[in-house]
Amino acid sequence: MHTKSVAQLAKGLRERQFSSAELTRAYLDRITTLDTQYNSFITVNEAAALEAAEAADRSLAVGNANALTGIPIAHKDIFCTEGVRTSCGSRMLENFIPPYDATVIERFKAAGAVLLGKTNMDEFAMGSSNESSFYGPARNPWNTDLVPGGSSGGSAAAVAGLLAPAATGTDTGGSIRQPAAFCGITGLKPTYGRVSRLGIVAFASSLDQAGPMAHSAEDCALLLNIMAGHDPLDSTSSTVATQDYCATLDDSLEGLRIGLPAEYFGEGLDVTTGECINNALKELEAQGATLVELSLPHSALTIPTYYIIAPAEASTNLSRFDGVRYGYRCENPADLHDLYSRTRQEGFGEEVKRRILVGTYALSAGYYDAYYKKAQQIRRLIKQDFMDCFEQVDIIAGPTAPGPAFALGAKSNDPISMYLEDVYTLAVNLAGLPGMSLPAGFVEGKPVGLQLIGRHFDEARLLNVAHRFQQATDWHLSTPDSAKGGSL
Amino acid sequence: MQWETIIGLEVHLQLATKSKIFSGSSTTFGAEPNTQASAVDLAMPGMLPVLNEQAVRYAVKFGLGIGAQISKRSVFDRKNYFYPDLPKGYQISQFDAPIVGKGSFEILMEDGSSRTIGITRAHLEEDAGKSLHEDFNDHTGIDLNRAGTPLLEIVSEPDIRSAAEAVAYLKALHSLVTYLGISDGNMAEGSMRCDVNISLRPIGSKTLGTRAEIKNVNSFRFVEKAIHHEFQRQADILEDGGKITQETRLYDADRDETRSMRSKEVANDYRYFPEPDLLPVVIDDIYIESIRESLPELPVEKRSRFTAQYGLGPYDANVLSDSRPLADYFETVAGECGDAKIAANWVQVELLGQLNRAGSAIEKCPVSATALGALISRILDKTISGKMAKQVFESMWNGEGAADDIIEARGLLQVSDTAAIDAIVDDVLSASAAQVQQYLDSDEAKRKKLVGFFVGQVMKLSKGQANPQMVNELLAKKLA
Amino acid sequence: MAIEQGEVEKIAELARIRISKEEIGDVTQRITEVLQMVDQLQAVDTRDIEPMANPLDATQRLRPDEVTQSNRRDAFQAIAPAVENGLYLVPKVIE
Repeated sequence: MHTKSVAQLAKGLRERQFSSAELTRAYLDRITTLDTQYNSFITVNEAAALEAAEAADRSLAVGNANALTGIPIAHKDIFCTEGVRTSCGSRMLENFIPPYDATVIERFKAAGAVLLGKTNMDEFAMGSSNESSFYGPARNPWNTDLVPGGSSGGSAAAVAGLLAPAATGTDTGGSIRQPAAFCGITGLKPTYGRVSRLGIVAFASSLDQAGPMAHSAEDCALLLNIMAGHDPLDSTSSTVATQDYCATLDDSLEGLRIGLPAEYFGEGLDVTTGECINNALKELEAQGATLVELSLPHSALTIPTYYIIAPAEASTNLSRFDGVRYGYRCENPADLHDLYSRTRQEGFGEEVKRRILVGTYALSAGYYDAYYKKAQQIRRLIKQDFMDCFEQVDIIAGPTAPGPAFALGAKSNDPISMYLEDVYTLAVNLAGLPGMSLPAGFVEGKPVGLQLIGRHFDEARLLNVAHRFQQATDWHLSTPDSAKGGSL
Repeated sequence: MQWETIIGLEVHLQLATKSKIFSGSSTTFGAEPNTQASAVDLAMPGMLPVLNEQAVRYAVKFGLGIGAQISKRSVFDRKNYFYPDLPKGYQISQFDAPIVGKGSFEILMEDGSSRTIGITRAHLEEDAGKSLHEDFNDHTGIDLNRAGTPLLEIVSEPDIRSAAEAVAYLKALHSLVTYLGISDGNMAEGSMRCDVNISLRPIGSKTLGTRAEIKNVNSFRFVEKAIHHEFQRQADILEDGGKITQETRLYDADRDETRSMRSKEVANDYRYFPEPDLLPVVIDDIYIESIRESLPELPVEKRSRFTAQYGLGPYDANVLSDSRPLADYFETVAGECGDAKIAANWVQVELLGQLNRAGSAIEKCPVSATALGALISRILDKTISGKMAKQVFESMWNGEGAADDIIEARGLLQVSDTAAIDAIVDDVLSASAAQVQQYLDSDEAKRKKLVGFFVGQVMKLSKGQANPQMVNELLAKKLA
Repeated sequence: MAIEQGEVEKIAELARIRISKEEIGDVTQRITEVLQMVDQLQAVDTRDIEPMANPLDATQRLRPDEVTQSNRRDAFQAIAPAVENGLYLVPKVIE
């Protein structure tokens, strides 16, 4: 069962080939057997998952089932889940059991999906390797000496290792796309505002966006159908109408114009990764697409722009973690100041503290104009680059990351080189565009991701292109050796 | 040296919305601690603010009420600082682009003079929770029920020159916001809180001195006292050749002094930046005009109408237009009895006097305006005397019924029957032969006194019911 | 731009994060690296460019003034570090 897609599993459930309880048990067993090597879950929701599966089976029995009824889904540990610990990869929330669900979680529950567990992640989603997790790094199923990427590394590893048929992630600067690329799966970051942020522990409010991570574009479309939509409790949630993201998956690519930014194929891109991308583009060309070379002139500024805006917003979003109302509180605080400063010293990890400090600096008196305001101005230039390109092309394509997954520890002591990992993904968040990553080959056994970027709210087009590509290729069907063991 | 006091006030006004500014929690005052603190108010992870339309409407109403520029695009910012009553670690406020821009309004002093006070701006923000320092050993208890209550912060220009003007300003502001219905104005419950910025300069000087900010002065009386105290403190320092430190001070009502707030001494850097969880608030002319059309007659307008329509003096007009319920009450009384001046007098003297003694408010007055109007009508048609009317009013206050019923039940009808009064007058004069002789022998001044005596006797015999005017006329005739 | 250790201490105080004496040098070094990286923005001419706070340039929706939340104090305080009589407790605050 675990090798099947979400679409196939849903069909199997409806046709009573197996029950949701059996399916859920199968995944729980695989987690028990295999996750010792991946560390992809922080919390496994065994008892409640089985209960939910049985409820789903009852719905299925009376023919009262939705597209995802009975499908086990793993959620990044950044989504608040009622009654299930939500740690956000941090010591700060090690004991935090939310009394509420994120809107995304509510929607999956309403759709009958089974909450399998909560996946590992970089602490507060700050990282590109999953190494900043307080719960230890998740590992890449293709090679457990490698990082799975981050920050949604646990979700990517769980899907790649066949411990969950699909998962959710969040993407502030590439945190869905880069781990999807590193782990050889398909991940979509929707347009900013497409998916509700309510109940997602905030990192950078104007950049955060949740999305699906699965094996195929088709599965991502199924999940996005559940996740997308207006939420009146999120002021930044869009009222633009959603669509059935499965309906246009098979549309022809004839006449599609694909833009290739020169900046995404230049210096810094691993040669073999570049070849994989070019081969993938040839496949799309063969299906009738036209490739158009173009430029995103402000690309070089995306990293510095992002590393002002994201830490600035994070620095204040994380002020609420003060040891007063929930979460970690230091032992025997001497006074109020000690309660705050020691709780935050002990509760936050190094990278989180570093970003809070940088963000605090960027917003502090005398520096606001030079840093934050300046970055928001350049952000407009970066978005304008894309808007100009979309006058000429329908989508933009390129690599998701400069190279494949790297070894654990290779960059963990060098923040700047870690930041460079996100060079091709950050601009998408700054501009609020939808972007996705899909498997496009291997470099020495390590997966390579092709990134597609669309117009605002054009998720359907990205999924269509990815699906057509996946109909003609089988990169997304490859299974890592480490996942071939286990039960079933 | 003679010093001029320069005062600017920042008023934090709680808006009378049902729910909080960014969440669906109730704003009702006095609930059990933390029972009106939702996940949003508690800054639970992942919680997001959504702006309450009524708060925006109320802010616009205020802006229109002071003739201010309304910003069609205003922006919320985060003001960052750590304090236990501030759960998010930042307050959502407006910094660069407040919803209400420059405006002004007029205040009237007791001597009848008026002044115009400029309003720099008014912006929307959320209230903080409350820290309770008592009852816990070594601990402070935090109640977040108030966190997220909508506030309009109204910042005045440094146009105020004395404690009396500051109080007049606050009273006028209180009157305006309660007229507009945007706040209950309940100062005891903290609906209107005030920070006072105060500095001194030698009279004639044009430059501003260094100011001190006195925080959270929460009654008109305390504002007056705090300003007097702070004036003296600064004057003493300056007279001694010292310098004023720019600082935040707290008014301690128990000791009647201001003292430096140590906790605020650490230089704060609020790191304002646009709140990314909220988007710019954009309102259009249609919205603003629809609010303008809904505006009630404002205190200033009512005051001048009272002067013009009813011929009231500026002081009376000011008192009677102070609150909408009072003004409405007065106008009903005047309409009912047809004599605005007597109505004004009755409302100000008898009614407000009675309310003051009872410590009650016009809204809870046991005598309705129509009932009071009916009572005054009985004076005007000479059914009873003014003096009797006061007794009747007492009875009405005590719930003994309508004026006519009380007059009837007690037989207070004034006797205006000439024959009946004539008989009583004759009785009195014949029973007081000595006094009559005395009257005839006396000069004008002495005679007046004796007339008083005769009138008193007549009233006594008539049990107060004889029409005094007729008694006087008859006496004059008979003693001539 | 390099940042002085004293400035890092000031920022850490603003952010209420205690940094030990042993760590402060390293933290200062790391923050300097990040600030040097972001400093290239200073060379960009951004005159007359409106800062972009939201990628969609959307505007705020307004919520009707309705009470939608009921009392959930017990659920919220069950996960609190220290409460008494319905109040959250912190070390004594001196004003």
